[in-house]
Amino acid sequence: MTGRPAAADVERIFREEYGRAVAVLIRAFGDIDLAEDAVQDAFTVALARWPATGVPPGPAGWIITTARNRAIDRLRREATRGERHAEAIRLLSRDEAPEEDAVGDDRLRLIFTCCHPALVGPAQVALTLRLLGGLTTAEIARAFLVAEPTLAQRLVRAKAKIRDAAIPYRVPDAGELPQRLRAVLAVVYLIFNEGYSASGGDRLVREDLCAEAIRLARMLAELMPGDPEAKGLLALLLLSDSRRAARVDGAGDIVPLAEQDRALWDQDLIAEGQALMRQCLRINRPGPYQIQAAIQAVHADARTYAGTDWAQILQLYDQLLMVAPGPFVALNRAVALAEVRGPLPALQEVERLHLPQYHLYHAIRADLLRRLGRIDEAVAACDAAIATAGNAAERRFLERRRQELRS
Amino acid sequence: MKHYLLSIYQPDGTPPPPEFLDPIMQKVNALMDEMKGAGAWVFGGGLFGPETATVVRATGNDVLMTDGPYIEGKEHVGGFTVVRAPDLDAALGWARKFAMIIAPLAIEVRPFQHGDGMES
Repeated sequence: MTGRPAAADVERIFREEYGRAVAVLIRAFGDIDLAEDAVQDAFTVALARWPATGVPPGPAGWIITTARNRAIDRLRREATRGERHAEAIRLLSRDEAPEEDAVGDDRLRLIFTCCHPALVGPAQVALTLRLLGGLTTAEIARAFLVAEPTLAQRLVRAKAKIRDAAIPYRVPDAGELPQRLRAVLAVVYLIFNEGYSASGGDRLVREDLCAEAIRLARMLAELMPGDPEAKGLLALLLLSDSRRAARVDGAGDIVPLAEQDRALWDQDLIAEGQALMRQCLRINRPGPYQIQAAIQAVHADARTYAGTDWAQILQLYDQLLMVAPGPFVALNRAVALAEVRGPLPALQEVERLHLPQYHLYHAIRADLLRRLGRIDEAVAACDAAIATAGNAAERRFLERRRQELRS
Repeated sequence: MKHYLLSIYQPDGTPPPPEFLDPIMQKVNALMDEMKGAGAWVFGGGLFGPETATVVRATGNDVLMTDGPYIEGKEHVGGFTVVRAPDLDAALGWARKFAMIIAPLAIEVRPFQHGDGMES
């Protein structure tokens, strides 16, 4: 440590430690707003002090202790009601440094609270990003293309419901855990997907959301080491993210998988994802995220697009359809089917689906029609894809494809 | 401990015949006994239909009474149970058992503003 940290260091520590600190404070005080305010206060103090004093050893512990003292100060100041004052005094007499295990458990408790089924999906996502990721209301609103007051209201309402309905701050017991964990993993996956293929805006990828989702997935995989789906999700995100540099060219245009420069794929992320997959195989309880990760691992193994083991990918999609049936899986399966058995059977599969609002449905149909020489229909499908595409990069890509069809 | 209101919503119209309802009511009564045994049951019961409701509303010094339910809809609250529970998950646990018995009827779970003592 140099002893003269820039604001960027505090920012980095904020990203890494915010969720941890908030989780500990919520357990100590049972009040989300108080915990958030106190942790933010502590980081404000750090930003003012650390450039002069240097980052203390164990910055996380420093932040938690400072935040706890701030919270107690605040409770004392606001202690118009006797019980709150008594609470502050009681907490003051507690020992200071929290144990690492307990801290890990706190973050796990918090994410189960944020993703409680009694909260509506968008509120689960917003709360998770806010409380565990430390994203501001403005950042979350921007990421999900909602007006900031709308998002702020969503957060206020969700926090009030947690308090008023007494949504517990607890890791669910074994009977409920599988179902509840699925909801948590779904929220993390949704955050990643919004980052990986933005549903609106100019750019295809929002790196900040991808990074946050990976951070959360890593936390879940660490805190629930016995659960193969938590590992599978982390592997899926790492393997998908490994292609990030190759997915977009210098102009911000999309480069499809077939044309990507595979030398740009991040081999460290691939290696980590594949190591996780090996752990999953040893546990031998496959689930949707593990199977999707296995599909990405097959892509990662291929040196060229032509060298991809499409038969294995098709087999994995068949398996995925069994455990997680749905039109989106069937659509992706059709892409693999086209590579194994040709475009006609794939087109027949695609046309059995009904996804008129989904641009990739039209884009995949357009590509299959092109390969069958049915150019007029391909152009019409391409037009439908352009009309439903969410972000500008995807629209540009599809417009280019449409021009190529006519040339 | 908190208190939660479990409201059972059912469609308007003629209720199902006794040969259908009786076995269900037996299970409901068994669940109420289980709640009482666990110290969770506070109060509750089934209600007569919405056509038996009277709405009272004061405007200025006048009190107006109208025959019928406050809100006319396709469904109404057919009964309710108030449970005492440490948190929402515990209340949802009772609601889940209840819902399994009376499927496909829905149960709405709402927290009371005050816990034990039920002060104002």
